[in-house]
Amino acid sequence: MIKVIKPGLATTVQDLGRPGYYHLGIPVSGAMDRLALRSANLLLGNDEGAAALEAVFMGPELVFETAAQIAVTGADMPIKIDGVVQPAWTALAIKAGQTLSFGFLQVGARIYIAVAGGIDVPVVRGSRSTYLIGAMGGYQGRALAAGDRLPLGRQTQVATGRSVPEQLRRRPQTPAQLRVLPGIYVQRITAGALEYFFADEWKVASEADRMGYRFRGGRPVEFVPREPPFGAGNDPSNIVDSPYAYGSIQIPGGLEPIILHRDAVSAGGYFTIGAVISADMDLIGQMQPNTPTRFVKVDMAAALAARKERAALLDRIRASLR
Amino acid sequence: MTTRFTFAGDEHLLAVCDEEMSFPAFFKSLAVTRAIKARAIDGVTEICPGNASYQVRFDPDRIHPDDILREVQALDLAATDAAPVLPTRVIEIPVYYRDPWTHATLMRFRERHQDPDATDLEYAARINNCKSVEEFIHAHHASPWFVSMVGFVAGVPWFYQMVERARQLQVPKYVRPRTDTPRHTIGHGGCFTAIYSVRGAGGYQMFGITPMPIYDPGPGPRYLREVMVLFSPGDIVKFKPIDRAEYDAISAAVAGDAYTPRIRPFTFDQREFARDIAAYNVRVLGALHDD
Repeated sequence: MIKVIKPGLATTVQDLGRPGYYHLGIPVSGAMDRLALRSANLLLGNDEGAAALEAVFMGPELVFETAAQIAVTGADMPIKIDGVVQPAWTALAIKAGQTLSFGFLQVGARIYIAVAGGIDVPVVRGSRSTYLIGAMGGYQGRALAAGDRLPLGRQTQVATGRSVPEQLRRRPQTPAQLRVLPGIYVQRITAGALEYFFADEWKVASEADRMGYRFRGGRPVEFVPREPPFGAGNDPSNIVDSPYAYGSIQIPGGLEPIILHRDAVSAGGYFTIGAVISADMDLIGQMQPNTPTRFVKVDMAAALAARKERAALLDRIRASLR
Repeated sequence: MTTRFTFAGDEHLLAVCDEEMSFPAFFKSLAVTRAIKARAIDGVTEICPGNASYQVRFDPDRIHPDDILREVQALDLAATDAAPVLPTRVIEIPVYYRDPWTHATLMRFRERHQDPDATDLEYAARINNCKSVEEFIHAHHASPWFVSMVGFVAGVPWFYQMVERARQLQVPKYVRPRTDTPRHTIGHGGCFTAIYSVRGAGGYQMFGITPMPIYDPGPGPRYLREVMVLFSPGDIVKFKPIDRAEYDAISAAVAGDAYTPRIRPFTFDQREFARDIAAYNVRVLGALHDD
C-alpha cells in the first residue's frame, strides 16, 4: 500500500483510458501525456498501460508502506526519497517506510509516478482511469486526498537504475508548436481570420485542465455572415449541437480557442476550426499556463507522417529498455 | 439534404447531415450510425450519433482515412433509401416543474440572464407566446420528445420535441453561463431540452427537476447497473409532471433501490409520424400505458 500524506493539486489514477463510451458522453480519459506514462511503465517492466499517478503542477507526498520500485517521468520536478534527490525517467527502489516527495515544478506540467505492479484500484468499464466529472474509476472516482491508501498490483523485479536515454525523452518546447489539421466548421470564418489564427502568438490561459486547454492573445476571428440555421442559436459561433473530436479547437464567441483533451465534453454547440493532430496531443498535457504557443497548419499526409514518427520514438524507447 | 464529410484531425471523421436541425437529419444520423455499427469496420473505435450529424473515431494505424471515408460515404448514401422503421422504446420521466432547488439556483444567477426580473419559466413562457407559465409547462410535457443525442458529460441527453417546427419550444441560453446547476435539472436551450446528469456549470434555462437518476458509474440503482447511462439516441421520452409529494416518494424509492422507470418497447415509423404527427403521438404515448 501507498499512503497519501499530501495529495498535490489534482493527483489522479490514470492509465491509457476507457475507449468505447464516448457516444454516452463518457470520454476516454487516461494520461494526458501518454508517452510519459508508457515510458514510466516500461522502465518497471509493467504493462505499458498499467495505472499510475498523474500529478499536475505540484507533486504529492507519499509514504510507501511496502518496498517497491518506482519511476517518475513527464515534467521536470525534483524527485526526493526521504529528502534525497533522485534521477527522473529512471527505475528507482524505495524501501518500506520511506517517503516520496517532490520539489517545485520546473519544466512541463504533469508528472507520472508509476509503481511496479501498477496502482491496483478496481477496473471500471475496462479501465482504472479517473473521470472526475463523472465520479468514475480511479480512486473512488475522485482526485487523491490525504489519508488515502492505494493498493499495488503484483510486482516483478527489474534492474534498479536503468533509465530512458536522454535523447528519447520528449520535452516541452517554448514557444510550443501544435500542428493543426484545419477542417470541421472552418468555413464559418473568413480566410483572413484563419490566417491570423496561424500567424498569431497565443498563450495558454489559466483555464487549462484535463477537459480542455484555453488560449488567449490572438486576434478575434471574423465570421462569414449567415442566416442562423434552425436549432443552432443566434451567435455566429453557434452550430446545431454536434459531436466533438478529441483535439478539436472551438472558439466560443470567436474569442478564445479551446482545445478538447482526454476528458473532453463529447458534444456541444460551438463551431470548431480543425483539430490538433494525434501526434501532438501529449505535448498539450505538458503545457503550463502562459506558455507561448503557435499553431502550425498541416495536411492529412503530414499528420499521418507525424503519427508514424511518434510511434517510432515509442519503439526506440521500448528497444532501449528491452 | 447531402451529407458533408470532414476529418477532425487524423482520428475522426465528422459527417454533417444538415446544418439545421430537422427530423430527416436526425433520422439520417441514427440510421447511418446503426449501419456503421452493424458493419463492424476494422479500425473504428467510437461511433457517436449527433442531432443532425455523426462522428466516427478510427485508428489510422488500422484503417487509412481515405478508406474509412469511402466506407462511411457508401453507408450514408445507402441509408437515404433505408426503411424508415426504428425499433425503439418509450420512457416516462417524472418532472417536478418549478421546484425549489432550480428556483434557488436561478435566483443566484439573475445577473447572467436576459430577463433578470422574471424566472426562467416566466421568460420562456413569454417569448413562446404562452399566456401563463402553466400553459408553457403543459406545452413542454404534453408531447413526446426524441433523444436526439447523448453526450456532453456523463450521459446527458438532448431531447427534440415531436411536434411541427412552428410549435417547437425555443429559448436562448443564458447570456453568460451559470457556474452551478443542480443535478437532475431539466434545462432548455435553443430547441433542445436536456437533463443535467451531474451537478455543474450550464447555460440552459431551468424548468424543473427529476428525482430519477439517469447516470451512475456504479453500483447505483438496479436499472442503471448494466447500462450506466439510461438514454440512447432514438429513445422517445414523455415528461410526466409530478408534485412535491410524488417527488419525495420517488426519491425515497430510488434511495431504497425500489424504483423502476416506466419503459415500454415501441416500433417507430417515420412515414406515419410525418403524415400526422399529433395522431401518431397518441399512439406513442398509448404504448406507455397499454399493459
